[in-house]
Amino acid sequence: MTLVVKDKSIVVPGEILAQGMDHVPAQGTFRENENIIASQIGLVNINGRLIKVIALSGRYIPKVGDMVIGRITHISFSNWAVDIGYAYEANLSLKEATSDFIARGADLSQYYDYGDLVTTKVIGVNKQKAIDLTMKGPGLRKLKGGRIIQVTPSKVPRIIGKQGSMISIVKEATNCKITVGQNGLVWIQGEEPEKVRLAEKAIHKIDQEAHKEGLTDEISKFLKEKLK
Amino acid sequence: MNINKEYIESLLIKNTRLDNRKFKEYRKITIETDVSPKSALGSARVKIGDTEVIAGIKMDVGEPYPDTPDEGAMIVNAELLPLASPKFEGGPPGVNAIELSRIVDRAIRESKAIDTKKLCIKKGEKVWIVFIDIYPINDSGNLFDAAYLAAIAALKNTKMVKYDAKTEKIVYEKTNKSLPLLNLPIECTIVKINDAFLVDPNYEEEEAMDARLTVAVLEDDSICAMQKGGDQPLSIEEVLKMIDLAIEKAKDIRKKL
Repeated sequence: MTLVVKDKSIVVPGEILAQGMDHVPAQGTFRENENIIASQIGLVNINGRLIKVIALSGRYIPKVGDMVIGRITHISFSNWAVDIGYAYEANLSLKEATSDFIARGADLSQYYDYGDLVTTKVIGVNKQKAIDLTMKGPGLRKLKGGRIIQVTPSKVPRIIGKQGSMISIVKEATNCKITVGQNGLVWIQGEEPEKVRLAEKAIHKIDQEAHKEGLTDEISKFLKEKLK
Repeated sequence: MNINKEYIESLLIKNTRLDNRKFKEYRKITIETDVSPKSALGSARVKIGDTEVIAGIKMDVGEPYPDTPDEGAMIVNAELLPLASPKFEGGPPGVNAIELSRIVDRAIRESKAIDTKKLCIKKGEKVWIVFIDIYPINDSGNLFDAAYLAAIAALKNTKMVKYDAKTEKIVYEKTNKSLPLLNLPIECTIVKINDAFLVDPNYEEEEAMDARLTVAVLEDDSICAMQKGGDQPLSIEEVLKMIDLAIEKAKDIRKKL
């Protein structure tokens, strides 16, 4: 009939979150008869009737529409294989890679070469875990310069914040270009090494303290202090 | 990743590093001894920045090698636990684990830091065998220096047990007797990226390195062991420069023991 746990509390697998039919199980939860039960360790997130459990850690699992940062690991006749931090490599086909005309037998490494980092978007995930990517869309490109750091993929929504509020604070304070991939890779580019270091520190701080409330204010305070 | 290598190189031109250290600056080193008093005769936990290694010492009685009938033996074993890094896999020790144990082994063995003659119980029949086990807990770069420091800190911490000749059994009760140690060398790993020499690389610098040289330095500034790694060559001048840097840094590290 009612909720058993509070919003933002930490639960373990098997813990009953709610009873009755008033709530709907979402990611990280399942229904067993009357009960909604957690299937992961993590933070409870209640949004209207929906109950979610946001994992505290774990690997990235691709979803359609995710913007991710990937590394080219293989070039074949008509496609590139991209490592996006998942157990399986993703596929970037010629059609989705560029709108240029490519002659038969052309050298594909002139577009994307081994080891290149690209911001790309997931357009398909099927049951065989084949993942399709596209380079067509705003902001999707090959990354040049800058630096890459790794954060916990499940904390990415917190790093971006509501409508990008959190990341824009970091961007403004440090004057850096920052791109956050849903797979937990973050690209930072800035003129001054100190500012890049600060942006890096701020992002790691958000990653570590993602469960705290009022983190946006804390981060802006942190950045102000360090910039003095 | 290539992009980070380019970024590190651009920083080196500006005379700085990813974490704002100087080229010759180590991260904070903490050494904690006797971390496992019940299960090991000597143990130590060493942290260099976020890198953390635990080393333990065990002793057993066995037959000596035929060419050294009156000398004890030493065996170093390292295992790269998957908990330490996403790059480590379970299973039998791989190339990197073997290299780690060999680097630690060589410095201690070639410096004759353990007085093996004193580990002889009965010539040609029974000698003490010292086992040094190294377990990285977290790899954030420079595992070699951390593992070596842990190994010698644990050796210094070791209290020997007694061997009962009548019953031919070891009495597992710690005595006040320490291991017979002579002059312990200090190992220092130096990394070359482009034309810059860095000490104590973090994991990103390790990925971007051209070559590395681990040098074991004795107290009188002589060297007793070296190991080169990485896929780029080093010229003689570069090796000499790296040795000088290692001697300089080894003095600082020796104070921490």
